[in-house]
Amino acid sequence: MNAFVAILRRDLRLALRQGADSVMVVAFFIVTTTLFPFGVGPEANILARIASGVIWVSALLAAMLSLERVFQTDYEDGTLELLTLSPAPLELLVLGKVCAHWLTTGLPLIIAAPVMAVMLNMDQDGFGTLMIAMLIGTPALSLIGAIGAALILGARRGGVLVSLLVLPLYIPVLIFGAGAVEAALLGISAQAQLQIMGAILLLSLAAAPFATAHAIRQAVE
Amino acid sequence: MHRFAKPSVFLKLTGAMMPWVVALTVILTAAGLYLALIGSPVDYQQGNTVRIMYIHVPAAWMGLFCYVGMALCGAMSLIWKHPLADICARATAPVGATFTALTLITGSLWGEPMWGTWWVWDARLTSMLILLFLYLGYIALVNAFDDPERGSKAGSALALVGAINVPIVKFSVDWWNTLHQPASVARMGGPTIDPSMLAPLLIMAFAFTGYYFIVLVLRVRLELNQRRIRALQLSGLFDERPVASGDHDELAYDQGHNAGASK
Repeated sequence: MNAFVAILRRDLRLALRQGADSVMVVAFFIVTTTLFPFGVGPEANILARIASGVIWVSALLAAMLSLERVFQTDYEDGTLELLTLSPAPLELLVLGKVCAHWLTTGLPLIIAAPVMAVMLNMDQDGFGTLMIAMLIGTPALSLIGAIGAALILGARRGGVLVSLLVLPLYIPVLIFGAGAVEAALLGISAQAQLQIMGAILLLSLAAAPFATAHAIRQAVE
Repeated sequence: MHRFAKPSVFLKLTGAMMPWVVALTVILTAAGLYLALIGSPVDYQQGNTVRIMYIHVPAAWMGLFCYVGMALCGAMSLIWKHPLADICARATAPVGATFTALTLITGSLWGEPMWGTWWVWDARLTSMLILLFLYLGYIALVNAFDDPERGSKAGSALALVGAINVPIVKFSVDWWNTLHQPASVARMGGPTIDPSMLAPLLIMAFAFTGYYFIVLVLRVRLELNQRRIRALQLSGLFDERPVASGDHDELAYDQGHNAGASK
């Protein structure tokens, strides 16, 4: 547990000192969302209709964009090799890194999402569900994304590759995340969608650290 | 040479089976195509369009079958580190991707006259499209490393993670209310499809399986032979290594390094 806290604190401190990373993710999220009114036209009712999907897609892309740095710098300077040699289980360390990634990217996205929802003219009924859905969904994105980020270590054109690997696996989160908000906007209970998202989160929490640790061991071999 | 011990058995076995499988596949394909295009009745609702199904459904089965095979090979290569499993997984991916693409294309051609649209965002269609993306991701990942071994290992892990999509494709028509028709062959309580249409469908499925087997064996043989040629070339270089003196040192080191890397 100490190792988990130590790696979490280290990654958070690195993210805070370098600073730009979290800001970049949020900026990317806002810019991408802003593109849609230009693309589909500024009519308020159309934007309100597509708001939940647009916010989710932008959040997915923003989360994916930040994946590369989860392990890449540690891989390049050899930290990852030392981590695999440490007596603490690598799965736990991976979980710590994923937690740090979520705190520095997922959490800012959740805070930025309602702002974009207002700008896209989304109905107020959906705000609460949007934030709850993102609270459940974004940790799953970080967990699933970590597998992809670990698999591409040492690959050529890793950045493009990670999108091809991770985005298909993100689709369930997108479907149920957008579906939950949609249900709330229609005045139906979003409980079913949120429960499925919870199931996805638990499944990825159980499986992703092991798959990621396995991929890292191969990369540093 | 013990590295090739198991592959040599594979080569011998498949070499003996090959002519029979090729002959059987040719006969099955010819019979299947005849029954599918001429010998089977016209559907009372779909007319002649129903004949697309004899390509579409077996291709879809094969798309899933190849993915399951790829994931199993990936698991085998991760658990037992069997080199042949790696090669099989790599060889299966493009075949499976082609079958999946064929499914989507023929389905689209069928959907236009029947549903009035080339594409709907239906659970079955979408999950099949994701399957194609998973294949493409696997192929891209496997080829993205300078060291092919590392590529295979990363690919095996991805194939296993992506295997979660296979049951989603299979049961999507049961779990969701979809435009795509539910299962009519492999279902509880026997097939609901008429025997005159079931026969060509099954024959085509076996013909496709035979085709997959042939292509798989050819691709695995190619890979094994390429590796063998490389090993022979490297050992040849090693023996004829010039006597180390001055500028030859670097060359000898390079060769030794290469030979060491490829074992």
